[in-house]
Amino acid sequence: MSRDLHSQTLTELAAGLERGDFSSVELTEDLLGRIDSHDAALNAFVTVTAERALAAAKSSDEARAAGNAGVLNGLPLVHKDIFCTRDVLTTCGSRMLENFISPYDATVVGKLAGAGAVVLGKTNMDEFAMGSSNETSYFGPVKNPWDLDCSPGGSSGGSAAAVAARLAPAGTGTDTGGSIRQPAALTGTVGLKPTYGRVSRYGMIAFASSLDQAGVITRSSADAALLLGVMAGFDERDSTSIDHPVPDYTAALSGSIKGLRVGVVRQHFDDGLDEKTGAAVHEALAVLEANGAKLTEVDMPNLDLSVPTYYVVAPAECSSNLSRFDGVRFGHRAENPEDLLDLYCRSRGEGFGAEVKRRIMTGTYVLSAGYYDAYYLKAQQVRHLIADDFHKAFENVDVIAGPTSPTPAFKLGDKTDDPITMYLNDIYTIGANLAGLPGMSTPCGFVDGLPVGLHLVAPHWGEETLLRCAHQYEQLTDWHKACPEDFS
Amino acid sequence: MSSAWEVVIGLEIHAQLATSSKIFSGASTAYGAEPNTQACLVDLGYPGVLPVLNEEVVRMATMFGLAVNATVATRSVFARKNYFYPDLPKGYQISQFELPIVEHGELFITDADGNEKRIGITRAHLEEDAGKSVHEGFEQSSGIDLNRTGTPLLEIVSEPDLRSAKEAIAYMRKIHTIVRYLGISDGNMQEGSFRCDANVSVRPRGQEELGTRAELKNLNSFRFIEKAINFEIERQIELIEDGGEVVQETRLYDSDKDETRSMRSKEEANDYRYFPDPDLLPVEIDAAYIEAVRETLPELPAAKQQRFVADYGLREDDAGILVAVRAFADFFEDVVASTQGKAQGVANFVIGDLAGALNRDGLDIEQSPVSAAALAALLDRIRDNTISGKIAKEVFEAMWAGEGTADEIIEAKGLRQITDSSAIEAIVDKVIEANPGQVAEYKAGKDKLIGFFVGQVMKETGGKANPGQVNQILKQKLG
Repeated sequence: MSRDLHSQTLTELAAGLERGDFSSVELTEDLLGRIDSHDAALNAFVTVTAERALAAAKSSDEARAAGNAGVLNGLPLVHKDIFCTRDVLTTCGSRMLENFISPYDATVVGKLAGAGAVVLGKTNMDEFAMGSSNETSYFGPVKNPWDLDCSPGGSSGGSAAAVAARLAPAGTGTDTGGSIRQPAALTGTVGLKPTYGRVSRYGMIAFASSLDQAGVITRSSADAALLLGVMAGFDERDSTSIDHPVPDYTAALSGSIKGLRVGVVRQHFDDGLDEKTGAAVHEALAVLEANGAKLTEVDMPNLDLSVPTYYVVAPAECSSNLSRFDGVRFGHRAENPEDLLDLYCRSRGEGFGAEVKRRIMTGTYVLSAGYYDAYYLKAQQVRHLIADDFHKAFENVDVIAGPTSPTPAFKLGDKTDDPITMYLNDIYTIGANLAGLPGMSTPCGFVDGLPVGLHLVAPHWGEETLLRCAHQYEQLTDWHKACPEDFS
Repeated sequence: MSSAWEVVIGLEIHAQLATSSKIFSGASTAYGAEPNTQACLVDLGYPGVLPVLNEEVVRMATMFGLAVNATVATRSVFARKNYFYPDLPKGYQISQFELPIVEHGELFITDADGNEKRIGITRAHLEEDAGKSVHEGFEQSSGIDLNRTGTPLLEIVSEPDLRSAKEAIAYMRKIHTIVRYLGISDGNMQEGSFRCDANVSVRPRGQEELGTRAELKNLNSFRFIEKAINFEIERQIELIEDGGEVVQETRLYDSDKDETRSMRSKEEANDYRYFPDPDLLPVEIDAAYIEAVRETLPELPAAKQQRFVADYGLREDDAGILVAVRAFADFFEDVVASTQGKAQGVANFVIGDLAGALNRDGLDIEQSPVSAAALAALLDRIRDNTISGKIAKEVFEAMWAGEGTADEIIEAKGLRQITDSSAIEAIVDKVIEANPGQVAEYKAGKDKLIGFFVGQVMKETGGKANPGQVNQILKQKLG
């Protein structure tokens, strides 16, 4: 019997459980033990749900014995702490929700549990998913397993670090501007953000409703395919989820990339990109080309507008979405308020961190009378231009490939004083959110010992293309198998 | 009121839509439950929850749009109106702003000169209601009841076409009648399902430009609306005539003191930061949907009134009274259908005696202890001269009290009319004999005294003599 369960991928673990090589209780105990010994160094978890996990593992073992094994029966995973989880602390990385026990399950949480998954805990994140380094979390930054002085990226940094460090085989994440793909790239994991509307947002604490999408962070594209098949689908509780058939994503992996038309965006390789990162991405493109993919240069003339557009639309929506945190019904409440205004001001002033406040202020400003047309309305127009760039590009290519992030992981504290530089981290990923497209990051090399990600974007509902391309690339390379030394 | 001034009024009416569940959640909309027992996680604005539109409200708004000859938008958009208030859980109200579902409607009222007057309806949009702050029973704090949160509202905005409090009331009553006819609102003003804000301004007669307006809030009965508007008109005119200036502000009507007072000025007004709600898709309906809804429209009050005049020969104002409440008009028609009596007679009885009794006992027409069939049977007894109209009122009261059918009561109380001429003649003779003075006066030309003699005969017979016969015999005998 294999005792290095933590090094196996979700797909391998599923086969082992199926064969009876080990039980879900054994697997869960093994991983809880690793979390116990390693998370102090990483700070990837806000809450470890050991007791519940063991109970769920036991039930799943019983279900399997009774012949009722679900698709994910007994497989452990972690949830980003943005997903409401019934009777469990759901903090969204904020002091505001430091004591918030959710009375209900998010649709994603319910679906994964329904398929038999075992939840090990809730992972750390940038406060309300606002950040690209996990440093805005009220519960402290997450460390990158590849270099504990570095950021794992954000906002789904806890899930990414936990998966990279083999504390869990998979984690959920959310991606509003790159919050799954960028941390996946920075931690050498696989990150998938599906098409907007593919996965229900119900129970996922909203940051920017028109951009937020739930996805996964895993160690292989095959694992991402397995989880997406369970998470995807229409939800009558989310009006923006779309009733579109859910294909067999696992079946889509095995196709060939021969003849796949891969678009390479000229603007992706401009000044902002770190030279060594660019070289690693070029090498990855060469691997695709050598195996039958056809590379074509495509033009995205409005790419440079995506970050400013995003930083109008996302704050606008967040300023409204976060109004419900007022200290009246749940969440942080200031002590001994003098009056209503004092209750509001101090509850929100104390409950929210600096980056959240910055975005609420920005969003409030761009929606204000007299500024709405110049900012919000203009940004929505530019958003259409950016989407048009993609649609035009997809007339000639099946997938767009490039770097996920301009640099490998940066040192914690390096960019905290300069929000603009921090925001530029998401320059390659934000476009997919603005256009509602599926995007993915898979490991494609190392720069000075730190992982680099290859970013892929497909047309709407193109998850199968993404998964096939990434999976085939993973069959040709070993980057996704690399494990940080201290966590092997 | 000085005739040098012209009054300009526009109304914003909030009609609660009669759905069983809320506009964006599955929670019940029933009135009067224990605080916070009818608010689900969506209503409470919990982290992560999302609104899902109750399609029933789209159908109801479409019905309203068609009923007021408006344009029903094939694409309308929900927006967020952002402001902080304890009874507004999400910190924003979901409403419609730039693209409402109904625009450019109209209806007609009768103005002071008796002419028909068109009142424009700018728009009607869908929105969710807020909760309620509760101050009674709390010290140093307030309670919040979120049962009402998410209750669907149709906000109906008129053009500033109304020129007096009376016109405003007439318009509001028409809207009230229409929403109840359509069955889209119960129109209950005590429970707040039908309420209104009024924008009131005055300007020198003949001036094109509108005066500065005040918005009156908290108007929850027809009587208060009229009083509040009239108070406000006088306040504004007095203010201007004394050299002052009206400021744009929201004023609250205090029914105890019968006055309006300033609540907040324009400077303190919120910037609501409206923007399209990204959690909801635009509402898209097609022409086929609108036509299908049109098929379900009932006969509307204006058409019904015309039909009552044309088919039943009713007086216009009586027809207007009958159609004001759909069930009332239906009751009238049911009676007409099963009696031999004339329709105008039925109308008189229904508007007079029946409505009076309902009003006295605080009942709705649906709760009337006298059914349409029972009333028809009573009116038949007038028609066939079994009883007089006057006795009929007595029989009706007995029926109301549950003493039996018209025939049973007439028999039991011996109320059958005396139609035997010889019996009436004997009583007439007796009355003439007993009142020689009046007879002399009558004969000297004081014709009006005939009433006195009729009265005396009726008194003798306990009101049971046939009035026509009494008149005839009296005139004969008095020569």
